[in-house]
Amino acid sequence: MTKRHLYAVAGLLTVAGLGLFGYKTFILGFPLQPGASAGLWNVEVRITFTAQRKPAKISLFIPRNTRRYAVIDENFISRGFGLITSTTEDGNRRVVWSVRLAEGRQTLYYRAKVHKVQITEPPAPPSPQEVAVPQMDSPYHESALALVKEIRSKSADAETFVGELFKRIYDPKPDETITLLFGIDAEPEEKIQTAVKILQLAGIPTRTVHGIRLRQTAGEASRVHWAQIHDGSLWRSVDPVTGELHIPDDYFAWWRGAQPLVQAEGVRKLRYTLSASPDEEEAIRAAFVGARLEMPRMLEFSLFSLPLQTQAVYRILLMVPLGAFLLVLLRNVVGVKTFGTFMPILIALAFRETQLLWGVVLFSVVVALGLVVRFYLEHLKLLLVPRLASVLIVVIILMAIMSVVSHRLGLERGLSVALFPMVILTMTIERMCIVWEERGAAEALQQGLGSLSVAALTYLVITQNLVEHLFFVFPELLLILLAGTLLLGRYSGFRLLELRRFRALAQDQSP
Amino acid sequence: MIALARKLRERGVLGLNQRNADYTLRYNPRHLYPLVDDKLLTKQLAQQAGIAVPELYGVIEIEYQRRRLTTWLEPHQEFVIKPAQGSGGDGILIISGRKRGNYRKVNGQMLNEEELQHHVSNILSGMYSLGGHPDKALIEYRVNFAPVFEAVAYQGVPDIRIIVFLGVPVMAMVRLPTRMSDGKANLHQGAIGAGIDLATGTTLTAVWQNEIVTEHPDTENPVTGVRIPDWDVLLRLAARCYELTGLGYQGVDIVLDRDKGPLMLELNARPGLNIQIANRAGLGPRLHLVEQQRRTLSSLDDRIAFAKQHFAADQSHSVSN
Repeated sequence: MTKRHLYAVAGLLTVAGLGLFGYKTFILGFPLQPGASAGLWNVEVRITFTAQRKPAKISLFIPRNTRRYAVIDENFISRGFGLITSTTEDGNRRVVWSVRLAEGRQTLYYRAKVHKVQITEPPAPPSPQEVAVPQMDSPYHESALALVKEIRSKSADAETFVGELFKRIYDPKPDETITLLFGIDAEPEEKIQTAVKILQLAGIPTRTVHGIRLRQTAGEASRVHWAQIHDGSLWRSVDPVTGELHIPDDYFAWWRGAQPLVQAEGVRKLRYTLSASPDEEEAIRAAFVGARLEMPRMLEFSLFSLPLQTQAVYRILLMVPLGAFLLVLLRNVVGVKTFGTFMPILIALAFRETQLLWGVVLFSVVVALGLVVRFYLEHLKLLLVPRLASVLIVVIILMAIMSVVSHRLGLERGLSVALFPMVILTMTIERMCIVWEERGAAEALQQGLGSLSVAALTYLVITQNLVEHLFFVFPELLLILLAGTLLLGRYSGFRLLELRRFRALAQDQSP
Repeated sequence: MIALARKLRERGVLGLNQRNADYTLRYNPRHLYPLVDDKLLTKQLAQQAGIAVPELYGVIEIEYQRRRLTTWLEPHQEFVIKPAQGSGGDGILIISGRKRGNYRKVNGQMLNEEELQHHVSNILSGMYSLGGHPDKALIEYRVNFAPVFEAVAYQGVPDIRIIVFLGVPVMAMVRLPTRMSDGKANLHQGAIGAGIDLATGTTLTAVWQNEIVTEHPDTENPVTGVRIPDWDVLLRLAARCYELTGLGYQGVDIVLDRDKGPLMLELNARPGLNIQIANRAGLGPRLHLVEQQRRTLSSLDDRIAFAKQHFAADQSHSVSN
């Protein structure tokens, strides 16, 4: 009766959980994988330099909205610097940081979120563009004119002209004119600059565009440069390799013209990096934008309706049930002994901050030192609560000392010892000490090791990006977890370690 | 691994999960637990029912009373201090004599007044109780064990554990303290467990630290074949504990006192499973048989007769082979 009831409840929970999960995945198209790209990116420029005790001025081109990408949520991080953003004549946006007196190494950041959009109508009314006359030195100028003449004879309009030009530039066996104008092994940026000049010479309104590719890369974003020609109503991008009037989707325009990205006065050792990374949180939100159209009610009561900071908390909290489930498995099916029922989960959560190796080292050191003190306190014959309080105080002192020492030694990871749950550590020390006295050192160490390995295992599971993503986007998976836990609650088979304990009973008995 | 599990299941070996799911959770109502978890309550219940228990000298319930310990202990040379809600034998202190104001533990170690008081204080603060609740310290008569186990017990008091299921004794063992167990009769602390033939009260093979032994590791006397006197009295005493508490599945701990005969020491609502190793037999088939026949087993005599008939040693072999 109870069993059937239990199976019914577990079955219902599973069906409900799977149903919602399936609906969200297949009908609403929620991403199953973390970082499934929805065209949202974080871009960042990091500028470092050494100030020279005199006024400094740093200007940086920053991206603007285009037909392909919208820039949202910009951030400037620059302590102590004045900041002005402006739009230049040629349509670039630029930020200028300035300071009267600065010294030493300085770091400036520009951060923005970039959203892929598709705007079909032109942003500005059609207007004829004036063609700037490029400045070229004597031999190059003549060669360029000759090239323009030759290509013009073989093309019908601007589009075919551009195609023919790029075909020649990227010809594996370039002719003499091309070699003279473009050099033999010029940088892609230089090639584009020269191509732009030739196009201008031909009377086609052209400009250079600099940008990055929005792709997941480990370090710096890869820079790209291409030309844009004006067809009378719109600026159209030219693929820098094929010369077609179409560029790959992941080309993100940053600034236009011949000037460098960063210009600075009064500084030394100027360095800057450009980076881009897909924005996962935003990617999921973007999926919700789609879902909002179909199921507006559902979102009002979902985790995504919470403020971002609270969402971050729930990302971690939703891992606790998984840890608990794992603990049930390890304790009731495997038969591992741990100190305290949920202690390993809390330790595993602390490991998230410290990383595994450091976590295990710090945990072991604190518990070992705490045990030494606890054994000493045993001689003083203290009452239980004052004794626990004393151990707690000692644990915090130990943590503080370890933080200071590791900071001195330059081991920044050691600082994260402060994130350990100290009350849990105290109770662990107390219990370990009692087990040590009552059951012996072997049993105490065995249980300590058991707790630590359960914590490590839990850590390894809950730090999987995929797992975190799944539970946050599909909290209904908790219902399935609950069903599994309920079923395990009636598991009456042997625990794995019991097999060893009872193995003598399996041997055939001698009469 | 799976073959091992299958073999153990065939032999009817009970695992912790199965004991909890199918027996303790099913037959032991939660509200009855305090009757056995609080040894003071158990003792009072047993006295009302006329079941013999070790005499209670005193109870210390609050820290303040600890100062009167000395006066209370004045008339007694030997005594036992134990937590009322202790588990697994933790926190039990056996004093076997005194010398110049000091107390002698069974292993010969001396404790002074202050150390004794600290132990009591630890008990009161809940160090040994389940869940760390504040506890009471019981001071009671120290059992002088009957000579039958003289040769096979190293200090401390050997006790007899009988598993009683729905009023029927289903399995029994005697636990013999060793040097390793510090005079305590708990298997996980290093005591020996020897299975007992329910029909005759004779010890079978023994287990020590998960090993099968036939001799006591300290005294080197055989632990097999020892006949326990008044076995029927013990069986009856154990079986009556079912009516005492109403717990369907419990472990009854009995000691044999030289002068006072069998005394019920304590009851356990979650008795351990090592008794199966000591008896080299699984509990499963025996429990199952009782479950099937429970309607025919109403009177005490019926239950004892049933146990002796079905759970005799050779029977258990046929069950487990």
